[in-house]
Amino acid sequence: MKMESIVPPLPATTPVAAPRKAVRRARRRWTPARIGLYVFLLGAALFFLLPLYVMIVTSLKSMDEIRQGGIFALPHAPTLAPWRLAWSGVCTGAACDGVRTGFWNSVAITVPSTILTILLGAVNGYALSFWRPRGANLLFGILLAGAFVPVQVMIYPLVRVMALAGIFGSLPAIVLVHLVFGMPVMTLLFRNYYCNVPHELFQAARIDGGGFWRIFLQVMLPMSLPVVVVAAIMQVTGVWNDYILGLVFAGRDNMPMMVQLNNVINTTTGVRQYNVNMAATILTALVPLALYFVSGRWFVRGIAAGAVKG
Amino acid sequence: MATLRLTRVTPYTALLPMALVAALGYLGAGLWTFYISLTGSRTFPSGHFIGLAQYHRLFDNERWMLSLHNLAVYGVLFVLACLVIGFLLAVVIDQNAMWKMRGEGVFRTIFLYPYAMSFVATGLVWQWLLTPGDGIDGGLRALGFHDLRFDWIVSQDFAIHTVVIATVWQMSGLVMALMLAGLRGVDPEIWKAARLDGIPAWRVYAQIILPMLWPTIATVLLLLATAVAKLYDAVVAMTQGGPGIASEVPAKFIMDHLFLRSNVGLASAGAIVLLVPVLALLAPYAYARSRKEAA
Amino acid sequence: MANVSLRKLNIVLGGKPIIRDLDLCVEPGEFLVLLGPSGCGKSTLLHSIAGLVDSDSGAIEIGGRDMTDADPSERGIGMVFQSYALYPTMTVEDNMSFGLRIAGTPKAEIRRRVDRAAAMLQLDALLRRKPAQLSGGQRQRVAIGRALVREAQVFLFDEPLSNLDAKLRAELRRELKLLHQTLGSTMIYVTHDQVEAMTLATRIVVMQGGEIQQIGTPLDVYERPANRFVAGFLGAPAMAFVEGTLDAQGRFEADGMRYLQEDASRPAGRSAVLGIRPEHVAIQPDGDFVGEVTLVEPMGNHQVVWLRRGKATLASLVHDARSYAPGERVAFSIDTARVSLFDPVTGNRL
Repeated sequence: MKMESIVPPLPATTPVAAPRKAVRRARRRWTPARIGLYVFLLGAALFFLLPLYVMIVTSLKSMDEIRQGGIFALPHAPTLAPWRLAWSGVCTGAACDGVRTGFWNSVAITVPSTILTILLGAVNGYALSFWRPRGANLLFGILLAGAFVPVQVMIYPLVRVMALAGIFGSLPAIVLVHLVFGMPVMTLLFRNYYCNVPHELFQAARIDGGGFWRIFLQVMLPMSLPVVVVAAIMQVTGVWNDYILGLVFAGRDNMPMMVQLNNVINTTTGVRQYNVNMAATILTALVPLALYFVSGRWFVRGIAAGAVKG
Repeated sequence: MATLRLTRVTPYTALLPMALVAALGYLGAGLWTFYISLTGSRTFPSGHFIGLAQYHRLFDNERWMLSLHNLAVYGVLFVLACLVIGFLLAVVIDQNAMWKMRGEGVFRTIFLYPYAMSFVATGLVWQWLLTPGDGIDGGLRALGFHDLRFDWIVSQDFAIHTVVIATVWQMSGLVMALMLAGLRGVDPEIWKAARLDGIPAWRVYAQIILPMLWPTIATVLLLLATAVAKLYDAVVAMTQGGPGIASEVPAKFIMDHLFLRSNVGLASAGAIVLLVPVLALLAPYAYARSRKEAA
Repeated sequence: MANVSLRKLNIVLGGKPIIRDLDLCVEPGEFLVLLGPSGCGKSTLLHSIAGLVDSDSGAIEIGGRDMTDADPSERGIGMVFQSYALYPTMTVEDNMSFGLRIAGTPKAEIRRRVDRAAAMLQLDALLRRKPAQLSGGQRQRVAIGRALVREAQVFLFDEPLSNLDAKLRAELRRELKLLHQTLGSTMIYVTHDQVEAMTLATRIVVMQGGEIQQIGTPLDVYERPANRFVAGFLGAPAMAFVEGTLDAQGRFEADGMRYLQEDASRPAGRSAVLGIRPEHVAIQPDGDFVGEVTLVEPMGNHQVVWLRRGKATLASLVHDARSYAPGERVAFSIDTARVSLFDPVTGNRL
């Protein structure tokens, strides 16, 4: 048997009329719309990158060069002197040994706050999504609402309480304050994460005899690495970049880098040293920026997970 | 049985910190602030109840009224600019994903890195950029534009606008990231159907995509609006509220009166007034969300 | 109604050639089904006819006009998508009329077309609703309605029934067939479901790996499959294949057992694969062959009895209610006029 003929024979001449109104679609790459899009994108990129460029460039110039040249010019004789001065020489209110004290203070504040807030956020999220005790959702609602409210509404009573407890201006005070104000977002992150864990997993663990803490420590926490990473990035960034809480609660001994930075730049008398200022700004912004550039995708994941649902 | 009882109690004890924070740290503190706003407290809280007198004084205060005016101007400009820029950037990047343009990840990095910088750092950098004489102002003249001046940051009328520029620079990337996530959730077959219907791209966005993105837009609006109410760090870093009080904002008014001008009662009244619009925005949002979850 | 003609069509996506040198002629008014497994290129082909996917070379003609570079909206086609792709924030009525409004069609004409489509698809009561308030079947009808109002020459369907449950699928299948009978338009339909293909098509195009395996009427493709792939793809339970040899007189034998007797019309002296459909295996006491029952699947109105003969496994469609026990030895016959023979290497029909 022969194979069935697949293609019925075409008629000898098939009329191919000229395209009617059929627009000859410009399939080639450079349509006006596409060029416009590229131009807009490039323009926006310039706007966003300009401050970074100026910041870096200014920090590498001498003050003479700054006075003579324009703000956009590249440094003729780049120097790291402003950086050294910013790190260990500028006057930050009390002392004149640079922003490095602020750096270590910020580290001392950030590490414990991050660890504690993540732990509490994880426990909260775990309890909220699997155990759901009575009234917990109401409390969570208050917590979330509080995250949107300006901190000025809560700040003075907190100051009074800290003063009465005698810990105002100490390291535990500032860590505690960051705990209070970091809890809503951390709890939200973990709750959303655990809500996506199949409930059957939890039920199987209970049937296996697990109690509250055992299931948390041995089942849920080990599977939480992705959300812990995201939470850590968000909390470190948030605490490091904080100004107002550090200003009010940290006290002179624990002054975080961000508060120091503002002091350096905005409260000095005499001639403004723009190059040192910019170097100090870069040094201060370095930790969260580096974190961002290294972990960009996790950063975005954090925004989507926390901000969108909230 | 002991184990059974323990299992029922443990979640409650585990949530004790959250309960304390919510009840005392937020609710309790807010109520206390409200109480203080009804008293004549100066440096320290006093029990001297004076009703709504602080609120009257507040609205007679020229500095407070200016701060409200500034916040309104700032708020409108900031929210509009962020929405427009964020949305356009998201659209451009999403379109390019369809045309497979390379470098999409690079562009996302460029637009989102400002969000990793603090408000203080942002304010300081832009303060330098907008310094009359040495900043962009001088740079333009060096490029040859001799008649152009850009000294908004020291002008009475436009100082707050410079804060708009700086904070829009910082936050548009976030709006872009959120809008992009929303755009990615749109079924690509809707685009095909629209192409087949002969609908031009701008109309697809205007009449089909944007209405579909309403939940995302609502979230973005809420985030932006609350950021407006909280505006403090950027102003302190950039203009210190100046020149004079030209760029004063409510949050700064409150902080100054709490800690510098020793008028805790007045400041607390200001805080409660600032709270009202935030709650007014939160309530419908939370209500809509809870209805959606129930459905 | 118009014809569609594809000539030497080549489509490359993401560096990989999906469609290679394809020629196809769709007659006016016919219901052509593109049938094949996932990834065979049928959806890509449909999308390129619609103009949603660019072809790298070749020509596409619709209604006698060259449409290779034309915009999708200018091709005179309507399309129904797998996920319906309804505009979620618009009512049913707006969904159907949106394209017409953009094109500047007069209001009266829009009204007429929408009402006509709504009547045909029983959507009159639903015009004011939004897609979220409709069931899957209703949404699919709206999607069809949106294509209908374009009063196009050619309708394209991209697996429109795959998101529906089995019962709804059967119902809508019949409605689609009725629609074709009423309208008489040319319809090109993509599916991986051979039941849909068999019941709806005037002609079926079986595709695999970007190439056409066979074009023919449903009966052609079912009774005389062009190669082993087509033979195995159509028909459920699938055709059974037995590998063996044809001797000089045309007898077919596989591991020492005879299946076919002499027949001069068969190619002689070569290895071959014998294909037997379950409905051509009849269990009867005077059957020529003996096999052992391994499994019985009761289907309600028939049974499928699996038999083993030597190393070969055959299925038999049984229409009586007699029960067969696994392990039982039964006699059966094969309708040798209806079997197929394939080349073991190329898979082509002998």
